[in-house]
Amino acid sequence: MTESNGRFGIHGGQYVPETLMNAVHELEEAYVHYKDDPGFSRELTELLNEYAGRPSRLYYAEKMTRDLGGAKIYLKREDLNHTGAHKINNVLGQALLAKKMGKTRLIAETGAGQHGVATATAAALMGMECVIFMGEEDTVRQALNVYRMRLLGAEVVPVKTGTATLKDAVSEAMREWTSRIDDTHYCLGSVMGPHPFPTIVRDFQAVISKEIREQILAKEGRLPDAVIACVGGGSNAIGSFYHFIGDQDVRLIGCEAAGRGIDTYETAATVNVGSVGIFHGMKSYFCQDEYGQIAPVYSISAGLDYPGVGPEHAHLHDIGRAEYVPVTDEEAVNAFEYLAKTEGIIPAIESAHAVAYAMKAAPAMGKDKIIVITVSGRGDKDCAAIARYRGEDIHE
Amino acid sequence: MSKIASAFENGKAFIAFITCGDPDLETTAAVVRAAVDNGADLIELGIPFSDPTAEGPVIQGANLRALQGGVTTDRILAFVRELRQDVKIPMVFMTYANVVFSYGTERFMAACQEVGIDGIILPDLPFEEKDEFQPVCRKYGVDLISLIAPTSENRIAMIAKEAEGFLYIVSSLGVTGTRSEIKTDLASIVQVVRQNTDIPCAIGFGISTPAQAAQMAAISDGAIVGSAIIRLIEEHGRDAAQYVGEYVKSMKEALQ
Repeated sequence: MTESNGRFGIHGGQYVPETLMNAVHELEEAYVHYKDDPGFSRELTELLNEYAGRPSRLYYAEKMTRDLGGAKIYLKREDLNHTGAHKINNVLGQALLAKKMGKTRLIAETGAGQHGVATATAAALMGMECVIFMGEEDTVRQALNVYRMRLLGAEVVPVKTGTATLKDAVSEAMREWTSRIDDTHYCLGSVMGPHPFPTIVRDFQAVISKEIREQILAKEGRLPDAVIACVGGGSNAIGSFYHFIGDQDVRLIGCEAAGRGIDTYETAATVNVGSVGIFHGMKSYFCQDEYGQIAPVYSISAGLDYPGVGPEHAHLHDIGRAEYVPVTDEEAVNAFEYLAKTEGIIPAIESAHAVAYAMKAAPAMGKDKIIVITVSGRGDKDCAAIARYRGEDIHE
Repeated sequence: MSKIASAFENGKAFIAFITCGDPDLETTAAVVRAAVDNGADLIELGIPFSDPTAEGPVIQGANLRALQGGVTTDRILAFVRELRQDVKIPMVFMTYANVVFSYGTERFMAACQEVGIDGIILPDLPFEEKDEFQPVCRKYGVDLISLIAPTSENRIAMIAKEAEGFLYIVSSLGVTGTRSEIKTDLASIVQVVRQNTDIPCAIGFGISTPAQAAQMAAISDGAIVGSAIIRLIEEHGRDAAQYVGEYVKSMKEALQ
């Protein structure tokens, strides 16, 4: 739960340049004003249901359950949302809020491109200008999404600084925001950055756990034993966890991208290998060296390739309410292929990290146990990269 | 009385920003001495950070070159101790919150005091978060320098009232870097500052020419220049000291 100063325990806060302080305050005021406004809620619900296709299905993965021989597995199908991922939940909320604030231009960072596509989509829908910052490295890994964003009318700016990945895209979007505040809303894509973003994004993503709760109660008459989601910044995970935080019997498990392993330098498993720091507007865990220089992280998944984690996750870790487990590239790719062959569902490589952990956890649990895995996005965008990982050279 | 005040006793102040270790600490030492010899009143020493979110491309480049050269916080502290043997004007650090936090704020500020650093500028530390560092800064006599931006408006008085050392007025929206024109109504900002504090204020971001410096100094107590100096270092590398010296001389003359 957010404390009044934007803190989650010791984490969070507002570590941004003075230039942005009135902008984040203005955003906070607008959000506090609209979040309980019945008109705003009605409009957003209408968009989520009629445009994005909510509620998303909670699907019983019977074949996977039988094959793994343990806990009963349900998949929360965020991959079936319009634009193919959970990102649209947050974007529709923020775009609507920005519009109410009189903003005419949306800027955003993107890693895998899912948040960029969602933002470009909302901008097209609402008639707003849109600029997406994307690490140059990621524009290569996710070329299809770059084309989608341009098709939707957005300008895509390849970011060449630093490691040319998600963290650099966030830095560049922040720089752009400091130079143009009046007409521009920074539509941050995850539960990170300065207050109030971690709270706003969480609230807009909390629809995931609200639905899971209702759906599992309707299907099983009880709450699940575990909810499993992948964590980069952590927006689909916090969305999946939020309405279960008070239910101590529901295990909350965040799956971090371990890359080539948490015993190597090529990893992005922030909670597992990082330490407390201050970066991108927040205090939280970061992958960094002894002098506080942010580490160049690595994961096969562009969406999880980020050296930090949202402050609420850092807090849930500190108080022991959620567990954060590392999942390697190899495990995620195996899960990507497994879910495709077993259930006919191709998950995003990000979501495959959650599937991979469930594949390890489910067999060790009794058949009377229930697991919910959030499939945060669909994997079409990843097919070429996974084929390459397997040594097959296909071109889109 | 803060030692930083002495930087404003020699007419309008010229404040030079230099990234430590760009391209190496020997060059930084030569550049600092050249700036001091040619009339700089205060030196801002940048401790490089991997992801300097408040900087434009020029200073980002300096950060990168410095880190690639292997400079660290410890090496910079040792370097300042050495520099202090002959450099007597006030010197402050400019870096990012994480560099201080991860070093240990207490350990960092104690080291600042020990090597002779008079203040610190953290561009990602706004007024609301300053309690994280300020008590420790005070304990070791390091002024925590506040920034005021063109968007500060209703916040100017609040920030000015608690300001220490000098006030850093950001001339324009956006990141550091040279600009052909500065459009912000800085005179009105300075007026509000004057109503709320007696400490000096200097203007930075976007200043590169003697004419701009004179224009900024006319409405404040000094001008801060970073990117224009870094460009000279980028261009001339290890031979930059002479060029920076000439440049500082021309800027300081324009301020008189």
